[in-house]
Amino acid sequence: MSKMQEFMGWVDDRFPMTKMWEEHLSKYYAPSNFNFWYFFGSLALLVLVNQIVTGIFLTMHYKPDAELAFASVEYIMRDVNGGWIIRYMHSTGASAFFIVVYLHMFRGLMYGSFKKPRELLWIFGMLIYLALMAEAFMGYLLPWGQLSYWGSQVIVNLFGAIPVIGQDLSIWLRGDYVISDATLNRFFAFHVIAVPLVLLGLVVAHILALHEVGSNNPDGIEIKKNKGPDGLPLDGIPFHPYYSVKDIVGVVVFLMFFVSAMFFLPEMGGYFLEYANFIPADPLKTPEHIAPVWYFTPFYTVLRAVPDPFLGVIAMGAAVVILFFLPWLDQNPIKSVRYRSPLNFMNLLFFAAAFIYLGYLGVKPPEPLLAEMGLRFSEVYFLFFFVLWFHSKPRSAGFSYASLIVLVGIYSLYDVVRISEGNMGLVTISWLIPTGYMAIMLLAPLFTNLNQEKPVPERLTK
Amino acid sequence: MKKIITALLMTLVPTLGLAAAGGVHLDKADVDLHNQASLQNGAKLFVNYCLSCHSAAYMRYSRMGQDLGLSQEQVRDNLMFASDKIGETMTIAMPASDAKKWFGTKIPDLTVIARARGADWLYTYLRTFYLDASRPWGVNNVTFKDVGMPHVLWELEGLKQPVYEIYKDHDGNDAKRIVGFEIVQPGKMSPAEYDNAVRDLVNFMVYMGEPAKLSRYSIGVWVLLFLALLFVVSYAMKKEFWKDIH
Repeated sequence: MSKMQEFMGWVDDRFPMTKMWEEHLSKYYAPSNFNFWYFFGSLALLVLVNQIVTGIFLTMHYKPDAELAFASVEYIMRDVNGGWIIRYMHSTGASAFFIVVYLHMFRGLMYGSFKKPRELLWIFGMLIYLALMAEAFMGYLLPWGQLSYWGSQVIVNLFGAIPVIGQDLSIWLRGDYVISDATLNRFFAFHVIAVPLVLLGLVVAHILALHEVGSNNPDGIEIKKNKGPDGLPLDGIPFHPYYSVKDIVGVVVFLMFFVSAMFFLPEMGGYFLEYANFIPADPLKTPEHIAPVWYFTPFYTVLRAVPDPFLGVIAMGAAVVILFFLPWLDQNPIKSVRYRSPLNFMNLLFFAAAFIYLGYLGVKPPEPLLAEMGLRFSEVYFLFFFVLWFHSKPRSAGFSYASLIVLVGIYSLYDVVRISEGNMGLVTISWLIPTGYMAIMLLAPLFTNLNQEKPVPERLTK
Repeated sequence: MKKIITALLMTLVPTLGLAAAGGVHLDKADVDLHNQASLQNGAKLFVNYCLSCHSAAYMRYSRMGQDLGLSQEQVRDNLMFASDKIGETMTIAMPASDAKKWFGTKIPDLTVIARARGADWLYTYLRTFYLDASRPWGVNNVTFKDVGMPHVLWELEGLKQPVYEIYKDHDGNDAKRIVGFEIVQPGKMSPAEYDNAVRDLVNFMVYMGEPAKLSRYSIGVWVLLFLALLFVVSYAMKKEFWKDIH
């Protein structure tokens, strides 16, 4: 026995080092057919580590004080050695985190990775997403620029729309009647320690849940169903070294994009770092146009689509919360988009386009046409989840027509209430967007073979 | 329907430039951060004309000297009027409360103003002051209407009167807008010289907004080259490991 083995034996008698290594890496069997979409899990982990490490260095120079915060960020950008690199890694990392997580979530949607037995895995993932939004929101206040200040003001005021407790709740969150030094200080505490702790815990839970049930794959077939005589999955390969070396390639390619943004376009045309945020926070001067950072804008559009502030907050919350229920909404036994119907594929594609469009609308001022589009695509956003449920199994003609009439009726009723001479043309024409979508998704199975599903193979295809 | 199609198409168009000023046409500043002479001239203009009222409280004289190829003595003799310590930042002596009284508003710090407003906006703004007797300082500005700032560079540019054009607004009423200027009192510089001087000044302000910009592009190229090399190696490693997987 070599000295090394001897040492490992000593450790293993006291701590399950080798056991953990094997369970999670060298003997964790992953499907052999992971494609491009399967890079984003490990990339999310990479960005998380990047945020934590650069964040630690930033806290060494940042000052969570309304008088000093803005200047301390500039101090980091100028006087701290390599400070600008660290700061850009952190600010670019924030946006990169959301890009990676959105792609990761869409992967789950495409290949049915949220379906049984991965419901908890999906829910842990959603909780990570929630924590990430809280983390990003509070972090954005810290540079203490105009949009840091007014963006937080707008978001915290949303809580004020909740009946009865709203006003007290928003004061409690801010620690003051307006966003102030007290708010900055507590957001700093949440941003650097409270939420990161929660995030790390959830990430561990997410990975443990994943390794318990095993990874899904682009075919949506359980590799554990086909085991060889040795008890190992026939279509599985050990995560280490196969996927560890593959993920390294993914990391390098990702870093090329990341580094390009960081060094050549750190503001990303005002999306990663908003221009108005280079003006120090001024509680007496409201900026002309307050737009949240890009990763919140789809939900911001949903919020603005509803005229009543409280109902708007409910709608925005619902837009996030509904994602938690995906495992129970989409009950189609076929997991992967590969073997589901062309109609389902179109549905996913349209949803992704609608989500991106909602995000675009969120950075624009709500002019009549754009506000109308915001409402229509918010409707599409929610209807998508119904369609997903509707496509879970074959539906009768009667049920299809009834669903169509009821759902179209609901939003048409609202259209009748709000229609006026001024917006008649816009409302009627834009009505065709959700209605056309619903008609195609609910009625196409009756008249075409677009809802034809394909047989799922026994083994992985490649 | 056409409107909707247009709205949908707009999603495909990259929408950069959130801070675009409301409707005012901006001239291209075309600044060049590698032109050290331009940066030095800009610094001279900045400390002579701007730094008496505006601070640049995050910019150190010493850093400016290093980045602009100037010795400490050169900086001290030519560019330091508001301070005597080379390691200090560009602060001003005017108390904020006085500024508020004299100009009716807080005077913004200019260190990162180029990042907030953009080079084109600054370049246009500094070239669109015109005579307007109704304003406290006798001048108004096309890019920043009713700005509280006097035309500090008037000695250089001279003074201009607006040339109006009458047009129909969307209610069909007559309205007038400024389409150009005519110089009523020439300054020390010709219009072309003045444009160049403003360009140098804006160039300096862009540098001041982010001194790291001088080096970040070249560092970025080296990092990308390193990653390209790493890609070749890591891809070869992946290929090697995956040879036995089918």
